[in-house]
Amino acid sequence: MSQATVTYKPSDEVDFVIIGSGAAGGVLAKELSTNGFRVVVLEQGAYLAENDFTHDETKIFAQSLLTNKTNTHPVTFRKTPQDQAKKQNCVLYGSCVGGSSVHFTANFWRLHEIDFKEHSKVGDIPGATFADWPITYADLEPYYTKVEWEIGVSGLAGASPFDPPRSKPYPMPPLPVKGSGVLFERATRKLGYHPFPAPMAILSQPRPGRGACMNCGFCLGFGCEVGAKSTSLSTVIRMAEKTGRCEIRPNCYVHRIETDKNGRAIGAVYFDAQRNTHLQRAKAVILSANGAETPRLLLLSASNQFPAGLANSSGYVGKNLMPNSSAIAFGVFDEPLNDYKGFAVSRVMHDFYELDPKLGIHGGGGLDARFDFTPVTLALNGLPPGTPKWGAGFKQALAHNFTRTMEIFCHGTSLPVESNSFSLDPDVKDAWGLPALRMTFRDHPNDLKLSNWMKDRAMEILDAAGANTKWHAPIQEQQFAVHLLGTCRMGNDPKTSVINSDHRTHDVPNLFLCDGSSLVTSGRGQPTMTIQALAYRASDRITALAKRGDLST
Amino acid sequence: MNSFHSARRDFLQLLGGTAGAAWLTAQWPAVVSAAQHAHDAAKGKQPATFEVLTPDQARELDAITACIIPTNETPGAREAGVVFFIDRALKTFASEDLLRYRQGLADFQKLTADAFPGVTSFSAASAEQQQKILTDLYAKVDLNKGVPRRGVPSGTSDFLQTLHFDTVFGFLVDPEGGGNRDFVGWKLIGRDPAHSFSPPFGFYDKDYPGWQPAPGETEKK
Repeated sequence: MSQATVTYKPSDEVDFVIIGSGAAGGVLAKELSTNGFRVVVLEQGAYLAENDFTHDETKIFAQSLLTNKTNTHPVTFRKTPQDQAKKQNCVLYGSCVGGSSVHFTANFWRLHEIDFKEHSKVGDIPGATFADWPITYADLEPYYTKVEWEIGVSGLAGASPFDPPRSKPYPMPPLPVKGSGVLFERATRKLGYHPFPAPMAILSQPRPGRGACMNCGFCLGFGCEVGAKSTSLSTVIRMAEKTGRCEIRPNCYVHRIETDKNGRAIGAVYFDAQRNTHLQRAKAVILSANGAETPRLLLLSASNQFPAGLANSSGYVGKNLMPNSSAIAFGVFDEPLNDYKGFAVSRVMHDFYELDPKLGIHGGGGLDARFDFTPVTLALNGLPPGTPKWGAGFKQALAHNFTRTMEIFCHGTSLPVESNSFSLDPDVKDAWGLPALRMTFRDHPNDLKLSNWMKDRAMEILDAAGANTKWHAPIQEQQFAVHLLGTCRMGNDPKTSVINSDHRTHDVPNLFLCDGSSLVTSGRGQPTMTIQALAYRASDRITALAKRGDLST
Repeated sequence: MNSFHSARRDFLQLLGGTAGAAWLTAQWPAVVSAAQHAHDAAKGKQPATFEVLTPDQARELDAITACIIPTNETPGAREAGVVFFIDRALKTFASEDLLRYRQGLADFQKLTADAFPGVTSFSAASAEQQQKILTDLYAKVDLNKGVPRRGVPSGTSDFLQTLHFDTVFGFLVDPEGGGNRDFVGWKLIGRDPAHSFSPPFGFYDKDYPGWQPAPGETEKK
């Protein structure tokens, strides 16, 4: 439940209205309210808390308590702009206070220095709208550190020789190693690689009001009952409320940013739970609705003044979607790992973060050792090819494999491709009669090549680990995205970007965007850490602009 | 295509992708809600009779699901209450699937009668006959890859796909939410029902000496 100590009326012109309470919105709410501003956060989903989080899958999944509800918010998919999109559950994101950080894996990698300036190093890539960031790793480093210390990230500084420079160690030691981590560590070292304890946004030591991880095993996909997962909900949202200047308002479906005749944003229009419409007035508007809903909201806010959608003079709103490439290899071992216990990941390696150009593959990836099956998902898709699909053989395989299986998950580069996008479906409407979100996506050929290459390395690691049986998921074009990156990219050129390095839209001076849509490159997966670091930095930039009166003119 | 079946097909599609298995659980909504009803029933709300299935249909379903996860030296679908799980699903969230089940079970009977003249139902068939029927049907369904890339599964094969998933859910879903009665599914697979755990978790981490940097590992690459 909300611990709010202040409520505002929609007619009150607050300093900031923030749309979305997830990884970025929560940080912005905390920072801006701490800095003395009056803030309203409008969240599409419900306000749930630790008492609402159980291991009862019916409550979590049957009612989609934590994630987007495609029965009322349908999504359509097509591969290319020439195709007719069809309804398909191709996007998954958090829809509750705390957003996707409530149910995420909590892998917390920093980007590396190369991620910010890769285009300068390698040049143009055919078919990609490849660009450098307008900021560097050094600009963001203090904010990465702030994330780690403020929300609580466990890890071991210096354990990876590939890590970028850091100004402080992690605030707490790594989580315990799992069987998958031990097997991965031994195998990768045997092959000459450099595994390290996974940096995770999960507490290995308790903090005030929050427990350390109890290794319950219901982690990825679930909310944490003891607050060990360092979600926006368990950290910055509560800090924001304690300032007495921030109201978190749940169950508010924002569907339009209103502007005045001067082209300035005046607030956010939303449906409340009873479908009544309100305009929350604010001096400035910040969209942190995620890389799918932020561009959708801008496109829904089209007007005579902004016919292509708000802040879309570049035409780049919604474009350059980068969901990260991936591959998964599976291994079954002779003895029980019992890897269903605990969080998902305990060991990672970044030896492939920047691949040798001689390979002919751009970018790179990181590999982690994990187990993220439930009993049901293992039974449906976690058994080796050739396993009997029913009967005594099926049952025997379940009995043998559930405790003996581990995965190596490969996360990699997605190149930005202009046609890969989120847009408004011209035909399908949501339950409020508004155009549905449409995803257009086909992997850049490089990314499939990369996935295939990483898959081969993962299979070699399973061999070196002594897997009795190993196999991999097919490498194929992706039709499902959870990393919603790049769709309102940051840049200095208003013709090829939507926001500047202050997260201010090029077109509307008091409209800011900060979430996965801001990223210019995809990194190698695990974007939440960067999204939060950007949010801390954006808070500083926006605060400075507001304090010098730059938002009120 | 009703919403429940659509959701299940999407779920399957995700399973076949590389998005990460646990993400896929977020696509469960309809299926797992059946578990809540089964859970309620396990707490004493269980009706004396099935709610939507006729005795004939329940008998057929029992026979089929008991072939999918048989009872041998350990409990199977029957002991986990899978048929009851399905009955409650069809009564509630998956009521749109009731016609598919009715048609599917009728198809099973016809298939049985066609293959083995004189045998009027799957449950009346011999074990060998049942094995033959299911072997033939499963051969037509690619469960691992999920939905066909083109077209929609139809007829008995589609029904079998539906029934297979419902059987797995009823057998293995978290007992906290229902199904998997007396943890029979989890006992089979070795899933400890405890609420928290301490390391070491298994065989390979029990002698782990603690993190040690490899020689030269701290050297900057």
